[in-house]
Amino acid sequence: MWEYTEKVREHFFNPRNAGAIEGANGVGDVGSIKCGDALRLMLKVEPATDIILEASFQTFGCGSAIASSSALTEIIKGKTLDDALKVTNQDIADYLDGLPPEKMHCSVMGREALQAAIANYRGEAWSDDHEEGALICKCFAIDAVMIEDVVRANGLISVEQVTNYTKAGGSCASCHEGIEEILAKVCAEKPSHVNQAAPACATQGPSAKSPATAATKTGLTNYQRIRKVEDTLEAIRPQLQRDHGDLELIEVQGKKIYINLVGACAGCMMEHATMGGIQAKLCEALGELVTVLPARELAKELARAG
Amino acid sequence: MEPTHSPIYLDNNATTQVDPAVVEAMLPFFTEHFGNPSSIHAFGAQVGKALKTARAQVQALLGAEHDSEIIFTSCGTESDSTAILSALKAQPERRVVITTAVEHPAILTLCEWLEKEDYVVHRLPVDKKGRIDLDQYKSLLAPNVAIVSAMWANNETGTLFPVDEMAEMAHEAGVMFHTDAVQAVGKIPIDLKNTKIDMLSLSGHKLHAPKGVGVLYLRRGCRFRPLFRGGHQERGRRAGTENSAGIVALGKASELAMANIGHENTVVKRLRDKLERGILAKVPHAFATGDLLYRLPNTSNIAFEYIEGEGILLLLNKLGIAASSGSACTSGSLEPSHVMRAMGIPYTAAHGTIRFSLSRYTTEAEIDRVIAAVPPIAAQLRKLSPYWSGNAPVKNPEQAFAPAYA
Ligand SMILES: Cc1ncc(COP(=O)(O)O)c(C=O)c1O
Ligand code: FES
Repeated sequence: MWEYTEKVREHFFNPRNAGAIEGANGVGDVGSIKCGDALRLMLKVEPATDIILEASFQTFGCGSAIASSSALTEIIKGKTLDDALKVTNQDIADYLDGLPPEKMHCSVMGREALQAAIANYRGEAWSDDHEEGALICKCFAIDAVMIEDVVRANGLISVEQVTNYTKAGGSCASCHEGIEEILAKVCAEKPSHVNQAAPACATQGPSAKSPATAATKTGLTNYQRIRKVEDTLEAIRPQLQRDHGDLELIEVQGKKIYINLVGACAGCMMEHATMGGIQAKLCEALGELVTVLPARELAKELARAG
Repeated sequence: MEPTHSPIYLDNNATTQVDPAVVEAMLPFFTEHFGNPSSIHAFGAQVGKALKTARAQVQALLGAEHDSEIIFTSCGTESDSTAILSALKAQPERRVVITTAVEHPAILTLCEWLEKEDYVVHRLPVDKKGRIDLDQYKSLLAPNVAIVSAMWANNETGTLFPVDEMAEMAHEAGVMFHTDAVQAVGKIPIDLKNTKIDMLSLSGHKLHAPKGVGVLYLRRGCRFRPLFRGGHQERGRRAGTENSAGIVALGKASELAMANIGHENTVVKRLRDKLERGILAKVPHAFATGDLLYRLPNTSNIAFEYIEGEGILLLLNKLGIAASSGSACTSGSLEPSHVMRAMGIPYTAAHGTIRFSLSRYTTEAEIDRVIAAVPPIAAQLRKLSPYWSGNAPVKNPEQAFAPAYA
């Protein structure tokens, strides 16, 4: 059985704000019975102030889905819509003193229901923007989509490299088979447009960690290229800000892009993973292979050069 | 709130309580009879004799012709792996395995791996009651098949496969037949000498022996390759110093299981039926899964529509009642149990399946308490469900609940 915190158990056994509200003016439905998780969030918002007067939920799901829903309604009651939108899935998990890694999607679902309900109140269309894959590495809560993106963007060929980029596989080793399958799958694909510079997987040596030395014709001027990097990073920032983090572009030196992760992201367990994700996005946007490095590496580089 | 009554254990297909008589039989093998059965001296010889007795006790329970057909292992999973890998190693020219879609992961996960190693695996589908089609099975039996592995009884629903008949058919086609009888042994009568079954797996902890001991039955004359190589224990078929206390315990448990097989199929069966009828009479939109006419006497698997199994288990647990679920959430995946999916149980029900599995220790008073406990729990969770309104599911659940994405 899962190790649920006292808080999770308490909210499961005595859920707050369960059921429908009369006169709800914002309703968000996410999930489906097929996946075994479905959540409807109902809000009663005061139009003059945009304050959430009442919030309630109906949930089909496991203990932590019900507890997450209950926690969410408690957190957002009395907030303005804008403040409510700042609530992250991590806030929901924190409110419950944590969730098991396999159950984090329950808190993600809560945040999505909130976005959906607010969009519904405001008469906007809302669509899910995150893709969630099967959980591969339980030790570090890293899913297949993340690993696949990082493998593809960086032309990774070994479990060890995946561990270096994402931490996945760095602890109990039980996910190594799963990671190897992803590596094999990506390797079997035709070399993608992003990845033309990377040599064939099978022959690539272990030094593939700093992949692209060959220049790629991107057809961009230096200025255009840096603008593109900036635009891409700008688009990523809101996501990081939701998790109380942020980033800053420090320098672009050829294939090396130095950034500063700040806030909750810096130095945390997920720094590698975040860097990997950013790198994947940049590779895609630029149509070439680049390496994203923390700004402290630039300092080291400069020290070596000087 | 703490449970107000003593706990009720209805999860005997997961594991069982060790019978006190079994504990008593095994304890001396930790203390005075600690010897290694391979040793010449008296310390070892006594243990050797005890193992011989245990082997005869298991032989009797299985109705095996020879005691040398019993190989002690560490668990059901080891027996399953040994059987299948042995068949493949001993017949390298045969690269096909036939199994079913509803096997335990001890078989299915191994088969997935075999596929990666370029073996071909046929998984027989089942109908909505969990039954296979014998004609389809027959059509797959061919000279390139190394082994058929089909479970005797399903761990989730208790549904029995006609393994006697399947073994006959395999034998006629010249194909080895293995059955994972981990759930069947001790619950239904078994008489291997009158069947064509070549190999059978059992696990001690499912029949009131401790965890860490199992058996692979290997018919005399069946080709074999060991999984572990080393010393000459178990005639070189399973190297490694014997778990003597565990083996003695399994012997005693086998003897007790034989004595209780009548009880299982009368008293336990009646209590199971009472439980199932009692719950279904009071909870609307619930049904029993599996082949209700041909199943283990101790198992009832009930699907509660529009609720999720984990919630039911947590609330039952609060009342001191232990059961288990085929829901996705209890296993950490997003899909409900492969057994429910194979039977085509709709998603609205598959996530809410609960398995109650009884044992010879289950009492009538316990069953009465569970019958009283379940209906309010189902009602409570349905009140929270977006697919439920008032006393019935919402009309057109797929439309009434319209997520922005699915
Ligand atoms: C049908 C079946 N096969 C195999 C096993 C595995 O047995 P063990 O836990 O002894 O390895 C189980 C246990 O749940 C089972 O139910
Ligand atoms: S699951 Fe990946 S290292 Fe443990």
